[in-house]
Amino acid sequence: MSAVWTELWPYLMLILAGFLPNEIWRVFGLVLARGLNEGSELVLLSRAVATAIIAGVVAKLIVFSSGALDSIPLAVRLTAAGGGFVAFFLVRRSVFVGVLVGEVVLLAGGFLFGP
Amino acid sequence: MPGFTDRSAPLHPFFAGVTSACTSVFSLVLAGTYIGLGALAHDFGFASWWLALSTVLVWAAPAQVILLSSLGTGGALIETAIAVTLTAIRLFPMVVALLPLIRGGARRFRDLLLPTHFTSASMWVESLRLLPRMPPERRIPFCNGLSVGYMGTAVVFGFVGYYLAAGLPPLLAGALLFLTPMSFLVSTARNSRALVDRIAFGLGLVIGPLLTWYHVQLDLMWTGIGGGVIAYGIHRLRRIAS
Repeated sequence: MSAVWTELWPYLMLILAGFLPNEIWRVFGLVLARGLNEGSELVLLSRAVATAIIAGVVAKLIVFSSGALDSIPLAVRLTAAGGGFVAFFLVRRSVFVGVLVGEVVLLAGGFLFGP
Repeated sequence: MPGFTDRSAPLHPFFAGVTSACTSVFSLVLAGTYIGLGALAHDFGFASWWLALSTVLVWAAPAQVILLSSLGTGGALIETAIAVTLTAIRLFPMVVALLPLIRGGARRFRDLLLPTHFTSASMWVESLRLLPRMPPERRIPFCNGLSVGYMGTAVVFGFVGYYLAAGLPPLLAGALLFLTPMSFLVSTARNSRALVDRIAFGLGLVIGPLLTWYHVQLDLMWTGIGGGVIAYGIHRLRRIAS
């Protein structure tokens, strides 16, 4: 019984700490959005909130990194993100070019200034 | 054979969606992101199937990063759940913004359930870009095909990263972890065409780390509400002024 519990516990945690707290916002969106029009003021506002949160998550992942990324200096991470962002704007707003340049700068900087 | 044509009609847009997903740059990005997540899952001692199940059920890379790192380092269940739910708040306005595009093609309410569950950054960005130029009845199957393509890619490369993890040098592992923020940075910027979105984007980049630095509780919630409401306020003021 105890062995079964040990096996199942990670999956129970996945449901309780991962699936439910995540899915509830999708369900809220579905239930509360009925009757809303594309381009309505509430849609505009909620899109702005979503954009700000994604930008916040992105900035946090770069500034407060964990694991292997944390071993690359903050200045390198910021330079790489900035370089990729500038490249994205310069080269036809291409996501691929932005990511590629960011990664190349990160790898070069990590190689030169990493541990 | 009217029944046959009725049922076969949505098949094509579904596979058009799968094809669109597999040929999109987001698949490349998802592959990289989930290779990184797979490595993380391996390091924290989760089973590879646990990661695959979390990809299917949670289907949000930031939430999965939190789930892995928090549970993996012995974080409390409730603490992890709160952190996950805070990063998931963004899904609410995403679903709200997506629904007007697909509701016209839904015959029953339950047709909306799958696209709702599938709503995540990559699928959302691509849906908002591609769906408006499509007839309403093709949008839901296309959306589902797109999501199945992305999710399949994510699951497969989660396994790849998991089994690569053991031999991955730290610098390359760091570069793989960098794929998520880098790609989301430029893809969100690309999707921010209106001024209100650009202001919200810029404010989020600044407010997010600042609130974390000052250990503000519920920092992501305040980043979204603060950045979003200020951006929307500026948008309203400009309209009143003009």
